[in-house]
Amino acid sequence: MVPEPIPPETARRRKIVGVNAETVTNVTSTDFPGHHPGEDHEWSLEKFSQNLEVQFHKNDPLDASFSLVGIDASIANAFRRIMIAEIPTLAIETVFVHNNTSIVQDEVLAARLGLVPLTASLSGLNWLQFYKKPATQDDDEGADDTDTAADNNTIVLKLHVECAWRGAEGIKSGETDPEKLYVNSSVYAKQITFEPTGRQNSEFPEPDGLVRPVNPEILLAKMRPGQIIELDMHCIKGIGADHAKFSPVATATYRLLPTIDIVKPIVGNDARKFARCFPKGVIGSEDVTEEESETSKELEGMAGEKKAVVRNTFKDTVSRECLRHEEFRGKVKLGRVRDHFIFSVESTGQFDSDYLFLESVKTLKAKCSRLKRQFANVMR
Amino acid sequence: MSREAYAPPTLQPSSSNANTNTTDIAGPSTPYECGECSAKLQLKKGDAIRCKECGHRVLLKTRTKRMVQFEAR
Repeated sequence: MVPEPIPPETARRRKIVGVNAETVTNVTSTDFPGHHPGEDHEWSLEKFSQNLEVQFHKNDPLDASFSLVGIDASIANAFRRIMIAEIPTLAIETVFVHNNTSIVQDEVLAARLGLVPLTASLSGLNWLQFYKKPATQDDDEGADDTDTAADNNTIVLKLHVECAWRGAEGIKSGETDPEKLYVNSSVYAKQITFEPTGRQNSEFPEPDGLVRPVNPEILLAKMRPGQIIELDMHCIKGIGADHAKFSPVATATYRLLPTIDIVKPIVGNDARKFARCFPKGVIGSEDVTEEESETSKELEGMAGEKKAVVRNTFKDTVSRECLRHEEFRGKVKLGRVRDHFIFSVESTGQFDSDYLFLESVKTLKAKCSRLKRQFANVMR
Repeated sequence: MSREAYAPPTLQPSSSNANTNTTDIAGPSTPYECGECSAKLQLKKGDAIRCKECGHRVLLKTRTKRMVQFEAR
């Protein structure tokens, strides 16, 4: 039996998730074999590659936004989760405090330092290996395969800051601003220095390949004259699943493209009120034409009046404000397109945002091939 | 006896201690800092607990230079 072609109207209806005032309908996708009798929903690479669409809306290093159309929610969610938790990044892992007489306690300062996003040359970061930590005393079985800190798995950073009086010159009496009175009254991330060893000298070349904080103005501690912070830091590669400091993204989220269907025309003052229910640019207005007023029953004799039209649903936040008003009851249907994912990826600065998405695709691919290999072993 | 029980200090000064490096007849000296004027001074056993600069009677022990390791998490 040759499967019937799916009418486009039906296909579109199935793709829309209904958003009502208090409920959400039609949430699960049904495009899998056996759900609709007599229809062909077998997955094929050809069909998939025809439907898949990637469209970038914004591509800044620290903020990328793009649409991924034609994929299942499970895949889109996999990309999101991989971006948050499984792309390796460099972060400070151990802090060796030689001296710290500031009011920030050692462990608090160490936790703060760990969260400072670092950056370096991309090739250097890719050259860097994982460092396998020595086993703790509780589970000392894996004691043999631990690494020693070497130039290819550990980056050494130093922070040596001492606060002092600036001297009496040029300071008017009664001055209370600590920045004017003292040197190094604030310790910033830019004061962290990189100590390259071995091959790190060539892998992290000066000036823009050096391992350094992304944001130089991060305030780490405040000090007063006589206080001192002197510490070494070891940075290693890690993944976000281990600790949030290793997560390469500040946020990686997606939302579904909203749809607004005006079922019955909204005219006049109602049209203006309707537009105010949405963010700017979502709803526009058009004149009712002579032709429309003749053909449509609701628009009879309303030629020349303003009527609400949907301009750009991309900007909609789906606040559902329009569903609260009596006058729009039954005239509008809100929804979301189930397979249109609008991603928003904000990198912390170690990698570019678009690069992170490509890395997530690469990681998912590697995971799939690993699973495939395991299946092959099972079948043997 | 529990681990946390108080152990009285041993009378012999341990030679490895970095702070008590000036060991002479009067015993090791310990660095202190004045609580009033932040002047640094060394005190030996039997010395008057008093700042040599300002005469303040509150002295603070300075932190050791011993390295402490922390996990940044």
